[in-house]
Amino acid sequence: MKKTVIDFVLLENKQLNKDNFQLVLQSPILLSDIFPGQFTNVEIKDAKDIFLRRPFSVLDINYQQQTISLLVKILGKGSKKLTETIPGQTVSAIFPLGKSFTLPQKNDKILLIGGGSGVAPMLFLSKICGLNPDYVHILIGAKTKSDHIGISDYKQYGQFYFSTEDGSFGEKGYVTNHSIFTTQIERFDKIYTCGPVLMMKAIGKIAKEKNIFCEVSLENMMACGFGACLCCVEDTKAGHKCVCTDGPVFNVNDLKW
Amino acid sequence: MVDLRVKIHNLFLKNPVMTASGTCGFGEEIADFINLSELGGIVVKGTTLNHREGNAYPRMAETPSGMLNAVGLQNKGVDNFIDNIYPNIKDIDTHFIVNVNGSTIEEYVTVTEKINKLDKISAIELNISCPNVKEGGMSFGVSCQSAEAVVKAVRKVYDKTLIVKLSPNVTNIAEIAKAVEGQGADSVSLINTLLAMAVNAETRKPVLSTITGGLSGPAVKPVALRMVWQVYNAVKIPVIGMGGIMNATDAIEFMLAGASAIQVGTALFIDPTTPVKIVKGISEYMEKHNIQSVDELIGGLQC
Repeated sequence: MKKTVIDFVLLENKQLNKDNFQLVLQSPILLSDIFPGQFTNVEIKDAKDIFLRRPFSVLDINYQQQTISLLVKILGKGSKKLTETIPGQTVSAIFPLGKSFTLPQKNDKILLIGGGSGVAPMLFLSKICGLNPDYVHILIGAKTKSDHIGISDYKQYGQFYFSTEDGSFGEKGYVTNHSIFTTQIERFDKIYTCGPVLMMKAIGKIAKEKNIFCEVSLENMMACGFGACLCCVEDTKAGHKCVCTDGPVFNVNDLKW
Repeated sequence: MVDLRVKIHNLFLKNPVMTASGTCGFGEEIADFINLSELGGIVVKGTTLNHREGNAYPRMAETPSGMLNAVGLQNKGVDNFIDNIYPNIKDIDTHFIVNVNGSTIEEYVTVTEKINKLDKISAIELNISCPNVKEGGMSFGVSCQSAEAVVKAVRKVYDKTLIVKLSPNVTNIAEIAKAVEGQGADSVSLINTLLAMAVNAETRKPVLSTITGGLSGPAVKPVALRMVWQVYNAVKIPVIGMGGIMNATDAIEFMLAGASAIQVGTALFIDPTTPVKIVKGISEYMEKHNIQSVDELIGGLQC
């Protein structure tokens, strides 16, 4: 997959809830394939104190329309500025970057766990994994009900479960407190997760105890996104690995967690 | 047609635009984006005798108009370069320059001896200015005596073009430049990053694992220009300028201040096609100003 700096045109900027936006970007050139977990590094234009690009994982791709969708959660000045982009404006993004999740094999039963903007690659994976929806279970955690984004477009791809820390939607507590971990965790062949590091560490621990294949997606701070700056390294069992090129997806057994 | 060719001692560059060490690996990281043979040269990632893991994460902080890094010379060692990298790059039509590092003078010498045997590597950049390693690196570049000692030792074992990369973290960079020229350096490149730090007020902690790191990007450009101009006026050997170059205008400013060639570094992280755009931009500037040879720009500052 050849990496390219693409000047996308913003087609649509949809506010999903208070802090989450879905940006649909049209490519002027034929897009390379991209898979769940891979990401794009986006230039933030005309923003004071923003110098570097910001990485975003891809929520969806439409090869007919040559568009990609990004889920942008406001976390700081850079992401906020990006959500202020209006249709017709150009968005420069380096695409595609990183390695994807390992796609499941036929008949695998998989559990996808997303938190925060980590929901994006989980939804994308549910859509393209090609499994019977009965075999795809998706758990999404958030602080409170209003932090959850609508998933109606994805309902057809699997069974959804929700949790909130305050109990306002789905089960109460952290995602790892969800009853799925006590009642049916053994039935899964693979666990995939993307979200806050503490969440992923807790999930990784459970997966290790149960001896279940588990991949996590890291988001260490990076400058370039394509393996040049060596800033985003994770200290793995095989030494420092670049999250942008060796990851962002890692098997939990390869990490020093 | 304008003539973009420049000469750094015995190194003939097709144009004055190179990529800076530590900002594009061995070239392969940017090969998807540009044709490497369009570059004047590529200075590869800092190379040491043995494998180095570099510093702990976090190693990077975004700062106003720039960034800090504290990578700490992560690399797989000179033998890995010779065995696994060199065969893949030796036939690419540009100059690959190896950035040589060490903790001791002996290490610099050993790495240099190994690189000296590679036919297609016609220059080294001796890094006596890395601010992110505990031993060696910058400590050699901040006094005339230690800079002289390491250049003298390396000069004895290296017969091709020897470029010495200078640290800006000194009181008088022109004195250091003169000192290394006196020991046989064929060229000096400057500036390496400025020693700097970033603090997180919320956590009351430094942003970098190493507390301090090296500042690069447009924030350092005025400092770098001043230093290039001072060094150009102090030495007879060619000067290679760098520090926050983002576009062709920046590159031309460095050449007017005295740089025979320039290096693009941090800009690559934001747009890896920057060096090729700069080559084109210099060409357009020369046509617009009716300049035939890029040599006319070097030191062309009218004070």
